[in-house]
Amino acid sequence: MEAREQEFLEYVQSGGQVETSDWMPDDYRAKLIKFIEMHGNSELMGVLPEREWILRAPTLQRKLALTAKVQDEVGHSQLIYRVVEDLGKPREQCLEDLISGKAKFHNVFHYPTKTWGDVGVIAWLVDAAAIISQKALLKCSYAPYARIMKKICWEESFHILHGRDVILTMMNGTDEQRELVQEALNRWWGPLMQFHGNPIAKEEDPMYIWRIKSQGNGEARQQFLDGYVPQIWELGLTVPDPNLRKDDDGAWEFSEPDWGELKHVVTGHGPMTEERLGLRRATRDETEWVRRAVLAQAA
Amino acid sequence: MIYEVFRQERKGQPFTHAGSVEAPNGEYAESYAREQFGRRGESVALWVVPRSAVHEIDEFVDELERNYHRVDGYPLKEKLKEARERAGTAGDR
Repeated sequence: MEAREQEFLEYVQSGGQVETSDWMPDDYRAKLIKFIEMHGNSELMGVLPEREWILRAPTLQRKLALTAKVQDEVGHSQLIYRVVEDLGKPREQCLEDLISGKAKFHNVFHYPTKTWGDVGVIAWLVDAAAIISQKALLKCSYAPYARIMKKICWEESFHILHGRDVILTMMNGTDEQRELVQEALNRWWGPLMQFHGNPIAKEEDPMYIWRIKSQGNGEARQQFLDGYVPQIWELGLTVPDPNLRKDDDGAWEFSEPDWGELKHVVTGHGPMTEERLGLRRATRDETEWVRRAVLAQAA
Repeated sequence: MIYEVFRQERKGQPFTHAGSVEAPNGEYAESYAREQFGRRGESVALWVVPRSAVHEIDEFVDELERNYHRVDGYPLKEKLKEARERAGTAGDR
């Protein structure tokens, strides 16, 4: 590592922050683009499981809330792609790489939403897991990303309330509704436990070394379990893992998440990957004329 | 084109940088900025400025060592100690 790069590394490791116009090592820039682009892709793909339920939402209020949430998430992807663009990768290129299957997005958005119970579990627990990751980005060494995360976390706080409200309403409803929530939890527990990634030691995680994120994968998972398992239990729901317990030191023990499944899914082989990317491709083609018309009219 | 957006949270407060939007002209930039940074009542006003109109200055060279208009230009500790010794009040505190 050359001296300038070493100096940069020490700077970010001691809490220093970097602006777009500052010098940065090529490796740091490449890691930032990859990480932030995947986040932008996940926001954009993350609306699809919920979009599928806008037409089937049980009440008008739920329909409106879901629509607003979809607008928020698409807005997040726009803000995040802006950050990527300033680092040197154009938004059009990000979208191309996404729909061609070259770029990745989060594992949880590759799965189907079978019932309204899934919508509740996604809005509550998937968002909760995501907020834990996102809060660890508020101190990101790349300042423009850290700043935009503030706004995103603020909006996510509404989403998690919306999710909890959906779940509580169903839990206070009929046996059939409670059953839907339990079944959805059973379906989502595996992907949720995989969500924060393999338990690589943070000292060996390049994203932590460069202080792009401020906590390790294992820590994030513990924080998720600590915050949400008690909330799941108090509703009378069962977590589908017989080995889940808190040990005497306050750390959660659990069955090893299926890392093979995680890898298989995020490399483009999830149950809904092809269908959802196909929808993105189709809408991109269908709306081509809108982009052309806007640019022509604005010129 | 890139437009930088500044927002004011409440009347009387300073405008702070909110983020940026990409738009083909000022009119679209305004409508994108309104959607991104104002739709939940989080702002009472926005400034939408083409990035090229923002002149950034990030070097401040103090050639003349003009520390006389800053707090660090007045290190009084040593002088106070000497003055107290001169006045014979150094042990009074």
